[in-house]
Amino acid sequence: MRPADSAPSRRRFLAAGAAVGAGALVGAAAGAGAERAGALPGTPDRPDNAGVNGQRVIPFYGPHQAAVKARPGAFASFVALDLLPGVDRARLAAWMRLITDDAARLTQGRAALADVEPELAATPAGLTVTVGFGRGFVNRARGQRPDWLGPLPAFSIDRLEDRWSGGDVLLIVAADEPVTVAHTLRMLLKDSRSFAALRWRQDGFRRAYGSDPSGRTMRNLFGQIDGSANLAPGSSEFDAAVLAGDDAPAWLRGGTSFVLRRITMDLDGWDAADRAGRENSVGRTLDTGAPLTGGRERDPLDLDKSGPSGLPIISSVAHARRARVEDPTLRIVRLGYNYEDPPPPGSAALSDSGLLFGSWQADVNRQFVPIQSALDEADLLNVWTTPVGSAVFAIPPGCREGGYVGEALLAV
Amino acid sequence: MPAPNRVPRPRCVLSRAALMAAITLTLAACSSSGAGDDASSLTITDAWVKAAADGMTAAFGTIENSSDHDITITGATSEAAKTVELHEVVDNVMRPVDRGLAVPAGGFLTLEPGGYHLMFMGITAPFAAGDDVTVTLTLSDGSEVDLTAVAKDFAGADENYDGGMDEQMESASPEAST
Repeated sequence: MRPADSAPSRRRFLAAGAAVGAGALVGAAAGAGAERAGALPGTPDRPDNAGVNGQRVIPFYGPHQAAVKARPGAFASFVALDLLPGVDRARLAAWMRLITDDAARLTQGRAALADVEPELAATPAGLTVTVGFGRGFVNRARGQRPDWLGPLPAFSIDRLEDRWSGGDVLLIVAADEPVTVAHTLRMLLKDSRSFAALRWRQDGFRRAYGSDPSGRTMRNLFGQIDGSANLAPGSSEFDAAVLAGDDAPAWLRGGTSFVLRRITMDLDGWDAADRAGRENSVGRTLDTGAPLTGGRERDPLDLDKSGPSGLPIISSVAHARRARVEDPTLRIVRLGYNYEDPPPPGSAALSDSGLLFGSWQADVNRQFVPIQSALDEADLLNVWTTPVGSAVFAIPPGCREGGYVGEALLAV
Repeated sequence: MPAPNRVPRPRCVLSRAALMAAITLTLAACSSSGAGDDASSLTITDAWVKAAADGMTAAFGTIENSSDHDITITGATSEAAKTVELHEVVDNVMRPVDRGLAVPAGGFLTLEPGGYHLMFMGITAPFAAGDDVTVTLTLSDGSEVDLTAVAKDFAGADENYDGGMDEQMESASPEAST
C-alpha cells in the first residue's frame, strides 16, 4: 500500500469514532456536533441530515407572485424571452396558462405535465418561479402600459450591451438547489418554445443554504454586505414601496416592477484598494456592514458626524450616502445575486464577475430612477463597477388556483 | 402540502395522495351521463395531448375509478379528429386495444407515453401548444365522460404504429407532429 493511501483511511477511522462519541453525548444534535468534531459529513451508513431542506415548499398561489416576499433562493436564473411574430393576445394567454401550470406544480415538488424527468421535480428546495412582462408583451396584449415600462433613461456610467438588456418576458427561477433551478427552467422554456425565443440568460448565486443563518444580508464578490437598507417583507413599509397601487394599470395592481442591472465588478482594480479605501467607498465596515459612524448593520447612518480632520466620516460620495432614501415609500427593495462567468477567450482577465442587481419597486420612475441618477452623478463605487445590462419588467400579481399569471391583462 | 411521491409504485396505480394533489390543478372530467352510472365514477386529471400540426397525435392522463367495480373504456371520439383509438405500446410498437381499457375498482389507469394512450387519427386542425382538446370516452355501460387535454410541445411519444393499413398512418413520422 502506498503511504498516501494509509493516512486518509486512518483519519476516517478516527473521525468515525468521534462521530459516535458526539452522537452518544448530544443525541439529536449529533449531526452538527460531529461535524464540528471533525467527522466526515456523511457516509453510506450514516447520512448527514443536518440542514436538509430539499422538501421546503413555498406556496405558489397568492395575491403576489411568491418570490416578491419570499426569502431568496441561493441560486437564481434570470431569463428574458422575445415574442415570436404572430403570437397574438389569445396565444399569450395560452402560454401563460401553460407556464403557470408548470410553476404551480414544480414549486410544490410535483412533476409538470409531460415532464420527462419527474424525479428532478421532487426536491423543490424553496423553488419560486416569477413571470414579468416587458413593454413588448404589454403592447402585444394591447394592455395599458405603465409609463415606466421600457428602457431606463441613459446614465453616463452605463456601457450597456444588447446581449444583457431588454426582453419581452422575464422568468426568474430561484431555489436553494441548482439542479432544481436547471430542471424548472428547462421545463418552462420547453413550454415557451412555440411562443418566444430566448434573448438572454443570467445566472446568479448567493451563499448556499445552511452556510449562514437564514435572513442574513448577502455578501457580494467585493466582500461587502449588500442590501442592508432593505425593507422587511411583511411590513407596511415594504408593501407601500413594492406593491403597485391604484395609480398603476388595473391589471398590475398587487403586482410590482423589477429592474435587472448587470453590473461588472473590477476585481483586479478592487485588489489594489486597501481596506480603509474599500470601507470608505461604501461608508460601511466590511466585517459587519455597520455604518462607519458606528452601531450595527441596520442602524441609521450618521451623515453629519465628522472625523478629526473635520470631514464627514461617511464621505459625501460614499455609496451608502448617495443611495440613501429618507422616505421609506420611495425606497427600492434589492434582490442581488453574484455572478461569475469565465472571461472572454483570449482575455487576460481572471473572470467576468459582478452583481445581478435586481430591485422590486412599485414605480420605476418614482423610486428607481432618482436613486440611479444620484449614483450616476457621484458614487465612489463607480470606480470599480460598470452597468453592462439593463431591463425593466412589470411583475403582475399572483393568481388563484384555476387562474393564471397575467390573467387580468389577458382575459377576454 | 402534498409530499412528493418518493416510493416506487406500480405503473398504473397512483397513490391517493399523489392523485388528490393532481386533482387540485387540472380540469376534471365532466360526466355527460346521469348519476350512478360508470361515467359518474370516473375522474380524469393531468390530461394533456402532444401538440401536432396535422396527422396523428396522442393524449395522456390519469383516470380514477371511485366505484367498487372495474370500469372499461370501450371507445373514444373527438370533434378534433376523424377517429380516436385506444392504444397500447408493446415492444415500442403501438397497437389498438380491442378489448378496451380497464380502470380497476378504486384504482387508477395511467395513460402515458410508452404505455396506454388515446390515439388521434387525422386531426381536423393543428393542436397548438396551450390549446384545449376535448375527447369523449364511451364506457362499457354505455355512459360517456368528457376529458379536456391541454396541448403541449413534446418530443417523445413517437412510437411506431402497427395497427392497420389506413393512409393516415403514413404520416405518423416525428416530422408530422411539431
